[in-house]
Amino acid sequence: MMSQSTEIGPMAAGNPDRLTGLRTFWYYFSVNRGAVIGLFVFILLVLAALFAPLLAPYAPDVQDKTAFLRPPAWQDGGSTQYLLGTDPVGRDILSRLLYGARFSLLIGAVVVSLALTGGITLGLLAGYFRGWVDVAIMRVMDLILAFPSLLLALVMVTILGPGLFNAMLAIALVLQPHFARLVRAAVMAEKSREYVVAAKVAGAGHIRQMLRTILPNCLGPLIVQGTLSFSNAILEAAALGFLGLGAQPPTPEWGTMLASAREFILRAWWVVTFPGLAILITVLAINLIGDGLRDALDPKLRRS
Amino acid sequence: MSIKVVEGKNIVRDYHVGGGLFRAQRTVHAVKGVSFSVDKGKTLAIVGESGCGKSTLARIITLIDPATSGELFIDGNKVDIAKDGLSKEMRRKVQIVFQNPYGSLNPRQKIGDVLGEPLLINTGKPAEERRDLAMKMLKKVGLGPEHYNRYPHMFSGGQRQRIAIARALMLNPSLLVLDEPVSALDLSVQAQVLNLLADLQDEFQLTYVFISHDLSVVRYIADDVMVMYFGEAVEYGSREEVFADPKHSYTKTLFAATPRADVASIKARLAKKKAA
Repeated sequence: MMSQSTEIGPMAAGNPDRLTGLRTFWYYFSVNRGAVIGLFVFILLVLAALFAPLLAPYAPDVQDKTAFLRPPAWQDGGSTQYLLGTDPVGRDILSRLLYGARFSLLIGAVVVSLALTGGITLGLLAGYFRGWVDVAIMRVMDLILAFPSLLLALVMVTILGPGLFNAMLAIALVLQPHFARLVRAAVMAEKSREYVVAAKVAGAGHIRQMLRTILPNCLGPLIVQGTLSFSNAILEAAALGFLGLGAQPPTPEWGTMLASAREFILRAWWVVTFPGLAILITVLAINLIGDGLRDALDPKLRRS
Repeated sequence: MSIKVVEGKNIVRDYHVGGGLFRAQRTVHAVKGVSFSVDKGKTLAIVGESGCGKSTLARIITLIDPATSGELFIDGNKVDIAKDGLSKEMRRKVQIVFQNPYGSLNPRQKIGDVLGEPLLINTGKPAEERRDLAMKMLKKVGLGPEHYNRYPHMFSGGQRQRIAIARALMLNPSLLVLDEPVSALDLSVQAQVLNLLADLQDEFQLTYVFISHDLSVVRYIADDVMVMYFGEAVEYGSREEVFADPKHSYTKTLFAATPRADVASIKARLAKKKAA
């Protein structure tokens, strides 16, 4: 197998090991066609979000009073002026979608990092110390998991008040127990391994054992869960936006766009279809990447 | 003139198991009152079958787990980690080499960091000095400086065990506990590692507590032998005494169960087979 021979062969200068690691990773990742396509789409999305002001023909909140609910360019009555049509107040849907990519990616990144930080901290503590610490933390996590996640997020947002940031906080809180559980399980498995005892014998304290010895060995499943949560976060933010509790209009967030176009579903299909498609494609791409990452990072699934 | 590096008096270790909702708690006596002492530069071999408490004893001697009762002296100082905790000096005095070289090295740590970590934690030595010391130690255990930046998965079992030994020696311990250090290795590599251990013992005047179930290995490396059976030391004496005149029935069974591979015994066995 190609990757094998690169591993055994002579090392190049610089940082040879990390390089071969990356190469092996890419080898296993690229076996999964879907994952590569997902990655490609995701990169396009990131570029779209980054260069939205350059790509978008209009600003996201500019209204054209002469063009309410203009259909997309290829339909009767549409024009190339508005490629994907306009919404009920005459804003260009394409521009709003491009700007909306920024919000979606922001939501994903912020929510995942919040949930990761919280989940890792709690999971590490629970898995490492066990005993009453474990019981206390994990029962709270179970409690959170027992609620339907959207419902709990709704409750949180109503308490905190609607808004994009509060929605992100609520979603992070809802997603966080999954990380805590995952980390706890991995820590418990790793903690009984001999290298951890060896670190202890070498004099490593609790913090060092947790962060330097155990945590790096638990990262594989976390990365996968992180990617999958990224798409989850986007979905839930869209759902909250749709219910009017997430980003507030006129923010061009995809879920909010859906909500404000609800009444025109029968009259103007494009107003709801395009934001919905955007959400679908983004979530699908990220989930595909997550699958590929799982294949590439989980040694048990590796075909050697 | 001999100095006792480690001495255990009546060491007991109980484990409490069960104690669930519907079952009463049970106590397992893993080690039942074992006493021993090892002089500087000597090797005590602890022999016994699986589950007889030898690894439990090893963990107690290495100051990983506390003993339930009994006294443990290291370099003449009484140590009780359950009560007093563990000072850095004590930590440095005892180190351990584990049985499984595939599990005892952190897969995400480079060899250089594996060797440098004990120094980083326990001494204030700067990075440059740590690196030099690690390089030196690599050479001592028969590896080269080119191995410094590699990860554990790039090494064979024998090489990993050398790394584990090197790590244990980084802090200049006075006592090294070897928990079946060669039983996961194949025969020729076993011999290499055992020779390395013997050489290191000569060079640094190391004291070994060598845990094993392999009598041929024990015969090669031990000065004193202790045979454990269900948590008790059923036989304790010098190597010659124990091997020449096993007193306890378990020791006799153990010796009888050792496969013989010398030419005379193979010939005898073949003759017996032919006759039958």
